[in-house]
Amino acid sequence: MNAISQQPGIASNAAVRASAAPVRQRSAIAGAMEKLIEFGLLLAALFSVAITAGIVFVLVSEAAPFFRTVPIGEFLTARLWTPLFAEPRYGIMPLLAGTLMTTGIALAVAMPVGTILAIWLSEFAPARVREIVKPVLEMLSAVPTVVFGYFAVMSVTPLLQKIDSDIPAFNMLSAGLVMGVMIVPYISSLSEDAMRSVPMLLREGSYAMGAGRLKTAIRVVFPAALSGIGAAYTLAVARAVGETMIVAIAAGQQPSLTVNPLDSAATITAFIVQVSLGDLPHGTIGYKSIFAAGFTLFVLTLGFNLVGAWLRRRFRQAY
Amino acid sequence: MSPPGSRPAHPRDTIARGPALAAPVSVDAAATGGAAGRPREPLPTTTPANQEATAAAPAAGIKARVQDFSFYYGPFQAVKNVSIGFAERAVTALIGPSGCGKTTLLRCFNRMHDLYPDTRYEGKIVLNPSGINIVDRRISPIEMRMRISMVFQKPNPFPKSIFENVAYGLRLRGVRSRRELADRVETALKGAALWGEVSDRLRKPAFALSGGQQQRLCIARALAVEPEIVLFDEPTSALDPIATSKIEELIHELRSRVTIIIVTHNMQQAARVSDFTAFMYLGEMVEVGRTDMMFQNPARPLTEQYISGRFG
Ligand SMILES: Nc1ncnc2c1ncn2[C@@H]1O[C@H](COP(=O)(O)OP(=O)(O)OP(=O)(O)O)[C@@H](O)[C@H]1O
Ligand SMILES: [Mg+2]
Repeated sequence: MNAISQQPGIASNAAVRASAAPVRQRSAIAGAMEKLIEFGLLLAALFSVAITAGIVFVLVSEAAPFFRTVPIGEFLTARLWTPLFAEPRYGIMPLLAGTLMTTGIALAVAMPVGTILAIWLSEFAPARVREIVKPVLEMLSAVPTVVFGYFAVMSVTPLLQKIDSDIPAFNMLSAGLVMGVMIVPYISSLSEDAMRSVPMLLREGSYAMGAGRLKTAIRVVFPAALSGIGAAYTLAVARAVGETMIVAIAAGQQPSLTVNPLDSAATITAFIVQVSLGDLPHGTIGYKSIFAAGFTLFVLTLGFNLVGAWLRRRFRQAY
Repeated sequence: MSPPGSRPAHPRDTIARGPALAAPVSVDAAATGGAAGRPREPLPTTTPANQEATAAAPAAGIKARVQDFSFYYGPFQAVKNVSIGFAERAVTALIGPSGCGKTTLLRCFNRMHDLYPDTRYEGKIVLNPSGINIVDRRISPIEMRMRISMVFQKPNPFPKSIFENVAYGLRLRGVRSRRELADRVETALKGAALWGEVSDRLRKPAFALSGGQQQRLCIARALAVEPEIVLFDEPTSALDPIATSKIEELIHELRSRVTIIIVTHNMQQAARVSDFTAFMYLGEMVEVGRTDMMFQNPARPLTEQYISGRFG
């Protein structure tokens, strides 16, 4: 019987081989077309690579003169960032702290909420509910970030102030929380895709051992989807680090080295947008500091991405 | 086909697919089977269907008794009024052409169908000695899965270490002690003839094992919880001949310890590993009997045709 079931496979292979030759001869136009499409795709790929390279080039070439004036040691260790003052100081730490703090708050919201939502959507929600909830969630990320920023200032901050009236009108907590809400759909949507692509066979294995839904979801489906979920987290981090509008509007724009999330502070992105909106003369050190800050941001995001890629490779499952 | 929800009043009226099926045979696979797995005295090879009386044979040797059992996917009846007893501590093979309902029947034993909507069990599968009806919706499917293990067609190790794969069911059953876990994992791996190959890399991911090793790991996982019945659904169909023969040997050895039901497409496999064979066709149980007798001297022409490879 095995032999019988193998025969069709053999036969069709032979058929494919036999028909391959005429197909190749059939028309030169099709061949040329294929070449053309291939070339077009290559061009598109090269284009995106070129743009990335261009960005890196601009960043580096504009930041390099900055680092000729400001030693990199000072840039990394000085505790003040006041490039526009009469007596300028160029320590990136306050901006970095602002970025990391708001990112941390956002992730503290988005990772648990997004992951739990993903588990619920993928393993518990009835199909009909999922088909409504998922697109609605994804719409969240279509809301312009300015709207989120004003939402933070006008709604969340007053709410926080009800709890503690000393909280300043601009603070990192409010900005971070709202940013977290904005990021939730990135995590939930991608993680849900990853978990749903875990084969049913694996779930059945767990159920057959006597596990319930929750245990199957947490002990089998989640680890099996870890690589995809890691990708979702990486994207969320990159999104949070690079987010500009919400923090510029709601976190305040005074760089300050602080670990208190209730303080107001500027992030790297907030600084860049703030300074770019002013009219700094091209070529001044203040102008160049934008690129130094941008370069730092680039390195930060790159670092997170590399860690994410490494983790993904580490946890990649073959099923 | 009968309308959904109603069992046909006259089962035979619904059969119009050939004379061979006119009277489905249903007997206990081991009406006189011994507890040690080997029948002590020769069994009647097969019996006509109307001798339902044999189903009332002493329950001692019968681990699970399927009674007037039907199963539906929505309106489609995949298992049709089947009655058969499964001998305790013996291997019973389910054979039959593709789509005849072997997998469907097997998955009723651990209530796998409960995972999917719009499925329905009708009739009984009585689990001895407790006498509970496995497919009673009032009984939790989890309870049945705690007592009846399953090995799937394709190896499906969890994304965990080798050790944790085998410990999975034990942890679910509340085993916490490290010592006990380690002991029982080792016993299970030895029972699945895998210990020698993995004892030095228990903490390595299970995915790193070969297909055959993965399948034996799944067998170890199923055995670790000391189940009453182990269900095998074509456990070697994704494996090469060497891995297959290892697993066949294993199943043959296991038979003295646990009741085994195995679905197979491979007649030689059924002959090699099983004590009893049940032949299904189009959702019905055509013939049940001792494997050796059934292969030598099938009672029904349809069985004879299938075994000799004339269809399917
Ligand atoms: N989920 C399902 N929904 C509806 N019908 C199904 C489903 N699964 C199986 N069936 C049908 O039930 C019948 C029995 O299927 P089953 O998988 O039990 O066959 P099988 O004997 O195991 O076949 P094979 O030897 O190919 O594995 C088939 O007609 C099949 O099409
Ligand atoms: Mg099957």
